[in-house]
Amino acid sequence: MIAELGLAALWLAAALAALQLVAGALALREGGAELAALVRPAAIVQGFLAGFSFLMLLVLFAQTDLSVKLVAMNSHSEKPMIFKLSGSFGNHEGSMLLWVTVMALAGALIAAVERRLPEKTMLATLAAQSFVGIGFYAFLLLSSNPFERLPVPALEGMGLNPLLQDIGLVFHPPTLYVGYVGLSVAFSFAVGALLTRQVTPDFARAMRPWVLGAWIFLTLGITAGSYWAYYELGWGGWWFWDPVENASLMPWLAATALLHSASVLASRDALRTWTIMLGVVAFSMSMVGTFLVRSGILTSVHAFAVDPERGTFILGLLVIYIGGALLLFALRAGTISEGERFSVTSREGALVFNNVMLSAILGIVLLGTLYPLLTEAFDVRVSVGPPYFNPVGAIFVVPMLLVMAVGPLLRWRKDSLTRIRLPIAIIGGALLAALILVSLLSSVSILPLLGLVLSIGLAIASFMPIRGRKLRLLPIATWGMMIAHFGIAVALFGMASESAFSEETLAAVEVGGSADVGDWNVVLTEVRPTAGPNWTALEGRMMVSYKGGDAKEIDPQSRNFWAPPQETTESALVTRWNGQLYAVIGRQAGEGRWQLRLWWKPFVTFIWYGGMLVALGGLLALIGRLMADLKRRSIKSRVAGRRAETAV
Amino acid sequence: MMLSKCLFAAMSVFLAAAAIPALAQDSMPPAPYAYNQLADPEQEAKAQDLMETLRCLKCQSQSIADSDAPMAGDMRHQVRSRIAQGEEPEAIRAWLVARYGDYVSYAPTVSETTWPLFAVPLLLVLLAAIILWRRLRARS
Repeated sequence: MIAELGLAALWLAAALAALQLVAGALALREGGAELAALVRPAAIVQGFLAGFSFLMLLVLFAQTDLSVKLVAMNSHSEKPMIFKLSGSFGNHEGSMLLWVTVMALAGALIAAVERRLPEKTMLATLAAQSFVGIGFYAFLLLSSNPFERLPVPALEGMGLNPLLQDIGLVFHPPTLYVGYVGLSVAFSFAVGALLTRQVTPDFARAMRPWVLGAWIFLTLGITAGSYWAYYELGWGGWWFWDPVENASLMPWLAATALLHSASVLASRDALRTWTIMLGVVAFSMSMVGTFLVRSGILTSVHAFAVDPERGTFILGLLVIYIGGALLLFALRAGTISEGERFSVTSREGALVFNNVMLSAILGIVLLGTLYPLLTEAFDVRVSVGPPYFNPVGAIFVVPMLLVMAVGPLLRWRKDSLTRIRLPIAIIGGALLAALILVSLLSSVSILPLLGLVLSIGLAIASFMPIRGRKLRLLPIATWGMMIAHFGIAVALFGMASESAFSEETLAAVEVGGSADVGDWNVVLTEVRPTAGPNWTALEGRMMVSYKGGDAKEIDPQSRNFWAPPQETTESALVTRWNGQLYAVIGRQAGEGRWQLRLWWKPFVTFIWYGGMLVALGGLLALIGRLMADLKRRSIKSRVAGRRAETAV
Repeated sequence: MMLSKCLFAAMSVFLAAAAIPALAQDSMPPAPYAYNQLADPEQEAKAQDLMETLRCLKCQSQSIADSDAPMAGDMRHQVRSRIAQGEEPEAIRAWLVARYGDYVSYAPTVSETTWPLFAVPLLLVLLAAIILWRRLRARS
């Protein structure tokens, strides 16, 4: 019954999306004004129905209803409750339902709270949102029904991939999806504005909080995903340039560019077409990512060719939505004027430069991700990995970081570098000092060296906008910008440090024996069996001490899950302010000895602290913008009220 | 593949006494340098740098330096023992590419099939320069 309720709600939501589209489209024409009243309620109810449908899926997984195919395929009665729930989106159908749910909820949220857009643009936006929604409802209902029943209920479920049975993977996918799919709002706003030709600073001010919101979640999702890969995969790698990771990075790059471009449009009425273009591109990247991850094309192009139903469906949606939006853009872009002018050395000039750099980086990631798939179709297999992405990306990242250090110091419209020569000299001095210091202290290869030096320069530069201003009067949004930029510097420092200074020890150690890694001493005191609800494990007990200090106990495990049978490593981490000790216990190496893998990774945690700072900066910017908006609105209403009084 | 199989066979004779019956798939003990480092830190660093750029053919998007797969361990052993014998990393890469194809190396080199990977970034630099020049010049 619950599965049927969920399915019915999903069909109803799809029908409401259709209603929303038709009513919205007709209301935009002459004489269809009465239909306009239908659009907002349709969007809100659609959001509720999709949310209800997802809730039903959660209930099915919580109950382990084995008559439902998806539950039988992906769950198991002995799994802990939290992983039963997270298992609902740890599979194709469930994650697509989550996708559609987030999209519908985003649409409902705009319909409920967005009051700044002109009514026509609002209608067009909601119509666009439902137009995209319909395609994904169709995909779900016609080729990926999560509520399908089995003819005969299964006796036991097949379980969830043990790598995904981790607390990190409970929060990572929903967070990422809110960001990923939240960008659909930017897409719909852009399409809406193109339809009504109203690309104004007010439009950008309305769009900005939505983009910021999605971007914050995307940032958190990527950061969390990276940390999960780091501690769960057991080898200390935190970014693999894996197509699945790239699929989340690409929308982030586009959204970052969009955010800055929308700021220029909001404050200066410049970069109109550029902002619209990026709005289209950002969510297009989300859809490309969904195609890559959900079509099966990554496992093998040939597997995709054998069972192409789902892949072709999503590909079709991509062509319709991305192609359609780009076509609309091509037709309308000419009729939208460029907006205000500005000189090269200005805040806008720096932002344009960095938008171009971000777009180029996006281009490189897209190329490196898609190219191997393209050649595989012709039976030529190539791999594109870190040795490609890192140096080629650096061509654009390095100039971007330099401009990012100086850009916030420039004034809008027109400025001169001589005016800010003092801060430039300070930043330049810091860069030079860092360069000399790092090269003297150790031999570091070129990319980590650049990373260390630039991160130090950028960290100092990011707080320069404070100079000569009263702290108390500095807007919250400016604090947000500074903290986000500082976060980038912090993350970059962590990445470079991890790559330059990590130390590794692989050792076969008997119980009672010890091994050293960096300044750490690790003593293996005991190896014992232990068990959890759906796994057994070997647990190594280790006493670890840093520079001969107090010993601390850690217990890394090597777990064996039985449903499905798979081994996972549960690394043990000791976090200090200046880095992390990473310990893994492997197999028995013979003669009573155990394989230990130990790493000392100086400042590795800065990668994720940086990511969180970036998200925090985004949050402050969002709060600042919303508060400024509320203030403006209350002033407006007070002025209107006073006018009404005097008129009386 | 052939060589690693031979090696496996030789190893299993050597270490048969020490072999621990575990899961069927990895009943054979890993090759010595799969989970052991080279004594010389300079050589080990060289090996590590190379291993990070070689693909584990049995995994999805992992280098052989990041994988528990038996084949990755086998390849680590290959890399480390060849480095220990004084072979240059790029020679080892070339040897592996000759054996397993371009797919095994994460560092694409310019060839008939991969030139767009290098031409497009150059194009992007050019494109970025043109866009910036046009947008920014027209406005000053």
